[in-house]
Formats: sequence, C-alpha cells, structure tokens
Amino acid sequence: MSKQVVEKLKGKFGASVLAEVEHRGETTVTVEAGEIVEICTYLRDDCGFNFLSDLCGVDYLGRTPRFEVVYNLYNISTKSRLRVKILVAEQDPRVDTVSGVWSTANWHERECWDLMGISFNNHPDLRRILLPEDWQGHPLRKDYPVQGPDREPYQGRLS
Amino acid sequence: MGVEQTKTLGNGFVTTSLDKLVNWSRAKSLWPMTFGLACCAIEMMAAGAARFDLDRMGILFRASSRHADVILIAGTVTKKMMPVIRTVYEQMPEPKYVIAMGACASSGGIFDTYSVIQGIDEELPVDVYVPGCPPRPEGLLYGLMKLQEKIMKERNSFGAAIGVGEVVNEA
Repeated sequence: MSKQVVEKLKGKFGASVLAEVEHRGETTVTVEAGEIVEICTYLRDDCGFNFLSDLCGVDYLGRTPRFEVVYNLYNISTKSRLRVKILVAEQDPRVDTVSGVWSTANWHERECWDLMGISFNNHPDLRRILLPEDWQGHPLRKDYPVQGPDREPYQGRLS
Repeated sequence: MGVEQTKTLGNGFVTTSLDKLVNWSRAKSLWPMTFGLACCAIEMMAAGAARFDLDRMGILFRASSRHADVILIAGTVTKKMMPVIRTVYEQMPEPKYVIAMGACASSGGIFDTYSVIQGIDEELPVDVYVPGCPPRPEGLLYGLMKLQEKIMKERNSFGAAIGVGEVVNEA
C-alpha cells in the first residue's frame, strides 16, 4: 500500500523525493524541505493521509544538515502509515508550516520550536508551549546542558 | 510569661498562658492546602483517607488557599509550576507553614535537570522536610506531628500579630 503511495508521489514530485527507505514494513521518504507544504497537501488530498499522528524534530549533532523534521502520517480509511522526513540546516533552521494542511500541526510545531528551536514560517501562533514564556534556549538540542545553562556540567559521580 | 501554674477557679475556668492556648489551637487545627504535584500526592491522599485518617488530628484538607494554614509541597516542582505555587502560598493567611514532602520537593530528587527546581527551599521557607520517594503516609504523619511540636514551641507569635512585642525565638 505505502509502496504505491511512494510511486505515486515520485510520479508527481519526482525531483523532490530525495530518498526512500523500507524497514520492517515501515516506509520513510525524505523529501525536499521547500516542497513540504505541496507534498503534504498532495498526500492528504490525493493519497488519503487525513491524519498527522505526530510531528517532531530530531537533532543529529555533528552531521550536516543537523536537524530533521519528521511527519508521521496515517490514513484512517486504509489503516496505512507513511513517514516523511525533511532535512533542516543548522544555520537559521526554518521550515514552512503544515498547520494549514493538518490543524493538529499547530501545537506540534510549537512544541518543535519550543524544545528544538526549529522555526516555522507562516505559523499562526508560534509561542512556547511547554516551557515558561521567558525561557532562553531550546533544551532538547544535544548541545544544551541537561542541568541548565547556569549549572556546572555534570562530571559523573565522583565517589 | 504566662501564669505560674494552671489551676481551676471553680467550674468552667482554666488559667493558662496565651501562648499555650494559641499554639494549641493552631497545632490541633492544621488545615493543609489541597495541592498535589506528583506521585507524593497519592500518598498524601492515602494519609488523608480512612486508613490513616488525618481528620482525627484536626488536619482537614481545604480546597481554598484562603482557608489553609500549611501547604504540603507533594511532588516535583518544575520551574513552570513555581509561579502557581508562589501565588497559592501568598494567598494563604498568616501564620503559614510549608512541608516539603518527598525527595523531589526537598532536593529535586532524581530530576537533576534544567526544568526542575532543586528543592522548594530555594523559593519558600520550609518548616519540615519529609524524606522518602514517596514517603509512606506514616512518614507524612510523623512530619505533621513534628510541625505540631514546632508550633507548640512558638513564643508570642499571637502578641506580635496584634502589635504587642516581638516573636521570641528560643532556639
């Protein structure tokens, strides 16, 4: 099922599909970040992925590009899933919002910005959602000190 | 301070010191704020329910901070929750007491991270620390009894409140 969807997607956005991975029955496609809104709209309207079950950011510290945004899609009628990934550069990490495609992306993108520092263009309400309003920094980044910026870094148990 | 000895002056009269009367009435009607933050709150509820029955000690949970004398910080205090706790604490009328229940409220516990306050004593004056993760209801009961003992040792707190003298600290 997902195989056909990927073929269909390649037929429509051939140049924008960068990679395709099949692992244990789960299909993942990596696509061009600039085309994400068009691709998501197409997947929703023409492939039936009417539910965005999750949207999250990933930090691959030391790799270029450093960040990824992952969209886990679900087709409620056919019960099939598809994972879409885009690559995001470390300098000025920005992605177009898909909150116009699936409304649930609104809060997911706020969380992604709050904790990972990936900004979303044209987002209706990009505020912090989990951390306090006046928080500095994005704590789920791998280079964020886990005990907070005002503490000495943890050196392991000394005894 | 007070009268030398307690004696009856016929039926219906008892002489005692104001301190003893005030402290006794405060210690025997400790009303905690209903305020749970994490798993410690489950043990706090168990302590309040039928088996351990805090009511028999005059300890009744109140749903309004305006009625409360003591706040049990029962659980992990995150930085985002702290403004709420401070508001509730400031709404409580004097005299007010704070019990840090469990490892998280006392020291941050296992949550040595950016989002968690490393002990409520960084923010509020704590009277009693109850160790445990979480403490059993017996532990909380013991902590409340320790707070009652502490209240019974106060000197002239009532006088200071109505503008007569200062609180006497006998450490």
